[in-house]
Amino acid sequence: MDAPEEPQPPVIYTMENKPIVTCAGDQNLFTSIYPTLSQQLPREPMEWRRSYGRAPKMIHLESNFVQFKEELLPKEGNKALLTFPFLHIYWTECCDTEVYKATVKDDLTKWQNILKAHSSVDWLIVVVENDAKKKNKTNILPRTSIVDKIRNDFCNKQSDRCVVLSDPLKDSSRTQESWNAFLTKLRTSLLMSFTKNLGKFEDDMRTLREKRTEPGWSFCDYFMVQEELAFVFEMLQQFEDALVQYDELDALFSQYVVNFGAGDGANWLTFFCEPVRSWNGLILRKPIDMEKRALIQRQEATLLDLRSYLFSRQCTLLLFLQRPWEVAQRALELLHSCVQELKLLEVSVPPGALDCWVFLSCLEVLQRIEGCCDRAQIDSNVAHTVGLWSYATEKLKSLGYLCGLVSEEGPNSEDLNRIVDLLAGLGAERPETANTAQSPYKKLKEALSSVEAFEKHYLDLSHAAIEMHTSVGRTRSARLVGKDLAEFYMRKKSPQKAEIYLQGALKSYLAEGWALPITHTRKQLAECQKHLGQTENYLQTSSLLASDHHLTEEERKHFCQEILSFASRQTDGTGQKIVLPLHCFAHLRDLHFTPSNAVVHVGGVLSVDITLCSQMPIPVRVEQIAINVHFSIEKNNYRKTAEWLTKHKTANGVITFPAETSPLPAAQNNLPALELYEMFERSPSDHSLNTTGIICKNVHMLLRRQESSTSLETPSGVALEDGAHVLKCSDVTLEPGPNRITFRTQAKEPGTYTLRQLCASVGPVWFVLPHLYPLVQYDVYSQEPQLHVAPLADGLLAGIPQKVKFTVTTGHYTVKNGDSLQLSNAEAMLILCHAENRAVIYSNTREKASDVLLRVQSSDRVTSVSLPAAPAYHMIEFELEVLSLPSAPVTGGESSTLGTTEPHRKHKDTHRAGHCMATTDHKVSIDCPWSIYSTVIALTFSVPFRTTHSLLSAGTRKYIQVCVQNLSELDFQLSDGDLVDHGCSADLQLVPLNAKCPQAIHSKQSVFFVWELLWAREPPPSLRCCFSVGFSPASEGQLSVPLKPYTYEFQVENFFTLYNVKAEILPPSGTEHCRTGSLCSLEVSITRLSDLLEVDKDEALTETDEYFSTKLMYEVVDNSSNWAVCGKSSGVISMPVAAQATHRVHMEVMPLFAGYLPLPDVRLFKYLPHHSAHSSQLDADSWIESDSLSLDKHLDDLPPGQVFNSSAGTQILVIPSKDDHVLEVSVT
Amino acid sequence: MAVCVAVIAKENYPLYIRSSPTENELKFHYMVHTSLDVVDEKISAMGKALVDQRELYLGLLYPTEDHKVYGYVTNSKVKFVMVVDSSNTALRDNEIRS
Repeated sequence: MDAPEEPQPPVIYTMENKPIVTCAGDQNLFTSIYPTLSQQLPREPMEWRRSYGRAPKMIHLESNFVQFKEELLPKEGNKALLTFPFLHIYWTECCDTEVYKATVKDDLTKWQNILKAHSSVDWLIVVVENDAKKKNKTNILPRTSIVDKIRNDFCNKQSDRCVVLSDPLKDSSRTQESWNAFLTKLRTSLLMSFTKNLGKFEDDMRTLREKRTEPGWSFCDYFMVQEELAFVFEMLQQFEDALVQYDELDALFSQYVVNFGAGDGANWLTFFCEPVRSWNGLILRKPIDMEKRALIQRQEATLLDLRSYLFSRQCTLLLFLQRPWEVAQRALELLHSCVQELKLLEVSVPPGALDCWVFLSCLEVLQRIEGCCDRAQIDSNVAHTVGLWSYATEKLKSLGYLCGLVSEEGPNSEDLNRIVDLLAGLGAERPETANTAQSPYKKLKEALSSVEAFEKHYLDLSHAAIEMHTSVGRTRSARLVGKDLAEFYMRKKSPQKAEIYLQGALKSYLAEGWALPITHTRKQLAECQKHLGQTENYLQTSSLLASDHHLTEEERKHFCQEILSFASRQTDGTGQKIVLPLHCFAHLRDLHFTPSNAVVHVGGVLSVDITLCSQMPIPVRVEQIAINVHFSIEKNNYRKTAEWLTKHKTANGVITFPAETSPLPAAQNNLPALELYEMFERSPSDHSLNTTGIICKNVHMLLRRQESSTSLETPSGVALEDGAHVLKCSDVTLEPGPNRITFRTQAKEPGTYTLRQLCASVGPVWFVLPHLYPLVQYDVYSQEPQLHVAPLADGLLAGIPQKVKFTVTTGHYTVKNGDSLQLSNAEAMLILCHAENRAVIYSNTREKASDVLLRVQSSDRVTSVSLPAAPAYHMIEFELEVLSLPSAPVTGGESSTLGTTEPHRKHKDTHRAGHCMATTDHKVSIDCPWSIYSTVIALTFSVPFRTTHSLLSAGTRKYIQVCVQNLSELDFQLSDGDLVDHGCSADLQLVPLNAKCPQAIHSKQSVFFVWELLWAREPPPSLRCCFSVGFSPASEGQLSVPLKPYTYEFQVENFFTLYNVKAEILPPSGTEHCRTGSLCSLEVSITRLSDLLEVDKDEALTETDEYFSTKLMYEVVDNSSNWAVCGKSSGVISMPVAAQATHRVHMEVMPLFAGYLPLPDVRLFKYLPHHSAHSSQLDADSWIESDSLSLDKHLDDLPPGQVFNSSAGTQILVIPSKDDHVLEVSVT
Repeated sequence: MAVCVAVIAKENYPLYIRSSPTENELKFHYMVHTSLDVVDEKISAMGKALVDQRELYLGLLYPTEDHKVYGYVTNSKVKFVMVVDSSNTALRDNEIRS
C-alpha cells in the first residue's frame, strides 16, 4: 500500500488510483491512525449530489493519503486531475497550550499560508485526543480549549473545519461515535471538494471545447483534458460517467471526420491523414495503453492509433460495467467506421493493411471477451459475436486472395513481397500476448506464412462462423459464408468439397425465390459439376442456365452449346441416355387436338398440336419429340356422351398448361384451390339418377408431397415411362420462344388414350416432362354403319312427289363401288327416279368431301340405289322423291288395308277429331350392303284432303254433293271432278252441275261438287259412287310425273223419296193471324209418293189381302220452343203402301212468341212390330217397366232420302195478343 | 440516398428489388437476402412483445464495411429493406426512419 512517507510519483495510472488527500502535521499520529482510517472510510456509502442536474449517486470513498508537500499543490494552469489533492488534513495531538503556542500554531499557519497561496480551500484540521496523554500531563488545559484556540485562530467562521477525534485506537462507544462523526465529516469534505473541483474542471474543459473552431486548437490536447475527467470518474468507480467522456470524445472526432469529408477540414485533422504505417490491431489487454496514449499526447498518433486507444478505453470501461456484448457490437461498428473514415480522409493505406488490422482487431476483441466470460455465457451470446467472426473470416479471405494464398500454385514473388510488407506493418508482437499461443498476432502471421497454414486458419474460421450463424438461426448468413468457402475450394481445385456448400446455398435461394443469387450460384455449381464430371447434373444445370434470363445472351448460348456439344459427342448411341426434366429446357404451353373434341373414329387421323416454348437462346435441333400415351379401354361409354365432352374438353380444344412456377416458391405455400365439382351419373337408358357426389378434380395437386417442389435439382425424380403408344415427331428444330409441333396419329383400337409424358431428345440427352397436367386424353371409338331415312319437310304428303333424305353413316364400313341400297317397292308408293340425283359425301366432321351423281335403277319390285364409294367414317347424303298414291285405285279392293280412303262417315268421324290429316304408313324394306338383314323403314304420308258427301232432295229430285276439304298447308288446283256410279243400273244418269274449269283450293278451304241424279225407271235401292278429282300443287308449274287423281268412294242407299210430309198452321177461325197464347191448329199431311218398292220390304210392312200398309210414327217436336204442342204430339199411323195415299193429322199448337215463327218439326219414323229382331235383344222385364224405352226401341229412322219435308223452311206470322199489355223489356 | 431498395414478401421472396448502381446488383441481392436473417430475428423477438405496440421500424439490421442495411416490416410481414452507402454520412440512423 501507499506508505504516507514515501513520495508518490506524480502520476499514477493504475486501477489503484484514488483521490489524493495530503496529510500535514503529526506524521506519527497519522501513521498510527491510518490503518483504521483507510479501512473505515469506504465502509459507508455517501450520496454525491451533482451539478448540472445529474442524478445523485451513492459512492464509496477511498483515498490515497500522502504526506503534504508544497509540490503536490497544482500550479496555475495545471489541468491534471488525477494528481490533484482534493483535501488537505492537518493532524495534531496537541493538548498543551504551551506546545500549541510554541510549535503547532506556527506549523499550522505555515500550512495554511501555503494552501492559501495555491488558493486551495479544501482543508481539515484533526485534533486527536488521547486520555492516556492527558493523565500523564498535569498542567493540561481542558480539551476544548486547544480546539477552541485552533478554531479561533484558523477556522474563521468555519468552525467545522476543525474536527476532534477521541481516543481513536480504543474500543469504546465514545471512540466509535467520534470516528463516525469524523468520517462523515471527511467524506462530506471530500465530496464537496470533488463537486467544486470537478465542476471547475468541467467548466474549464467546456471552455476549451468551445474554442475548437480556433485555429490553434488541438484535438489531442483536448482529448487529454477530457480523458483526465474520465480518469477521475473511473477513479471514483463511476465507470458510466467515465464511458460518457470517451463516447463524447468519440462522437466529437467522428463529427470532425464527417465534416472533413464535407469539406470543412480542421487543421489538426490533417495529421490523422498521414499514411498508415502500422496496423497492429486493437490492444485490449491493458487497461491503459500508455504507448498509444503517449502518441496522442505527443500529437503523433495516427487515426488508427487514436481509434485503437479510444476503443481500448471504452472496452475497459464496458467490461467494468459487465457489458461484454456491447464491446462486440461496438467493435464491429468501430471497425466498419474506421475503414470508412480512412476512406473519407483519403488516407493512403497499403493494400491488405486494413484487412490485417481488422482481422487482428476482431480476434483481439473476441479473445478479450472470451477472457472475461465463461463458456456458457459465450455460447448463449453467439449472436453478438458472430458478426466479428464472419468479419474476421471475410478479411482473412481477402488477405488470402490478395497474397496469392488461395491458389494451387501458391504465392508468387510479388505476393511474397506483399506478405513481407504486411508482416512488417504488424511490428513485433506485444509483450502482453507474447506468451499466448493463439494470439491474433501469431494467428495472422502463421496464416500468411504458407498456403497450408492459411487454409487451416481460413477453414477454422469459416467453419466456426458457419456453425455460429447456424446455431443462432442465421441460415442465410451461414449459406453466404458457405458460398465463400465453396469459392475457396473451387480455387483450390477441390470441387467435391465445394459442391455441398453450393447446393446448400442454391437450395436456400430457390426456397425463397431469389433469382439473381440463384443464377449466380447455379453458375458456380455448373462449374463445380463440370469439374466433378457429373455429366447429368452438369447438363441439367446448364439447361437451367441456358434458359435463365438473368444471364447475358452470351452466357446462355455458352451453356446451351455445352449441352449441344455433349449431345453431339455421344451420337454413336453407345452412351447412356441422360434424362433431364423438360421444364428447364422448354415449357409446354398448350395442346390442341384436331378434331377439337379429341374424339376420333377408328382409323381416323388425330392430330395433336403442341406449343412448346423453348427456353434456349439458340435454335436447337431435336431429334425426336415424343408423347407417351397410355391406352385404356373404357367400359362405360359415359365418356362419349356429349355432356362429358363439353364438360371436359375446352370449347376450342385447346388445353393450356399452367406456366412453370419453378423460379418462384410462391406456389409452394399457396396450394392450389380445391376444385370441386358436383357429379351426377345417370343411367344411359332412362336418364334416372344413379349416383351423385362431389369430386375433387385436383386431388393429385393437393396431396402432392410438398418437398417435391424443392427438389427441382434432383433429376432422379424423372422416371421414363415405357408406353406402347407413342406419338412421335422427328427432327424438329426448336426456335427460341414458342414452337408449334404437330403430331399425327391414326387411331387404331377404340378406347381412351391418356397423354402422359412428353419427351424431347437431343442425342442422348432426353428432356422429359414426367406428367402432363391437366389431364389430356383423346378417345377413339368404333361405329357401326347406319342408314337413316327422314323426310325433308316436316311431314310427307300423299299424292304429290315428296323428297326423302337418305343418310348413310358409313362407320367402320367402307363403301365400295357397286355397293347399293336395294329398296323393295311398296305398291302404293313410287320411288321417282330422276336422272340428276346427286349424293354428297361428308366427312365425319361434317366437312363436304365430294359430290357425285347417284345412280338409281328401278325395276317393278326393287329400286336399287348405287352408292358412291366412300371411305369409312363418312356420311353419304342423298335425296329421293317418293310419291304415295293419294287413294287406292278403284280396282284395288284391298286398298282399305292401306287406309287411304274413308269409306264410311262414321269411321271418319271417330278418327278425325280435329283437323288431322289421315295418314298412311308405307314400309320400305332396304337391303344394305353391310348387313345381311334388311332395314325396314316406315314412311308416313298424310292425305291432304278430307272428303264428305251428302244426298240432297227436292221432292223426288235427288242430288249428290261432294265436299273436298284441303287440310294441308299447301294450295292445290283441282280439276276434272268426276262422279261415277259403279252400280249396274244403266238408266241412272249423273248430271254434273259443276264448273268445268280447274278450281283452286287453298289451304284449309273446301270445294263442293254437286251432281243431279236422273233415272227413267225405278231407281236402284243403292248407289255405289266413286268420286275422283285431279289435283296438283298450285305453286308448282310442271310436275315431273303425272299425278293420279284423288278418289273417294261412297255408297248412297234408299235415296228415293217415299213420303212427303207437309205441315200447315192455321190461325183460329175468325182471325187472320195467329196470336200468341191462342191455340192454332196444326195440320200435318203425310203422302206416300210411290207404290210398293223393294225398300219397303221389312218388318214394318203388313199385308192384308193384297193390301199393303206400313206403320209409321210421327212426332211433332219444336226444339226452339216457339210452340207449345197441346195434347198428343206423336202418334202411330198405318200408312197404306200406295201412291198418293195421304194421312192427315190434326193437332193444337200455341205460339209462345210473336213474329215469323218457323213451323215445328214433324218427324217420321218407321214403327216396327214387337216381334222384331231388335226386341228379342231386350230383357223382358225392362220392356214392361219402361214403356218409353220400349217405344224408342221399336222405332227406326227412315233414311233421310225417303222423307221429303215440303214445308221445311216455311214460317208463319204470329202477332202479339191484344190483351198482352205486359211488355217485357230486358236491357242487357 | 439509398443504393438499394427491396420489398420482400411474407414468404421471403423478393417482390421488388432495385439497386442504383446496377453493375453490382448481385451483391445487393445477396446482402438483402442475408439481412433477412436479422429481420427474422427481430420479428421473432418482437413476437413475444405486445403485438399492437409493435415497432414496425426495425432499425439498422446489418452493417457492413461499405453499407448499412435498414429494415421495416408491415403488419402483414411484408418487409422493406433499404441499403445505404456507409460513406453517406449525411444520413443518420434515426433519419432513416422518417
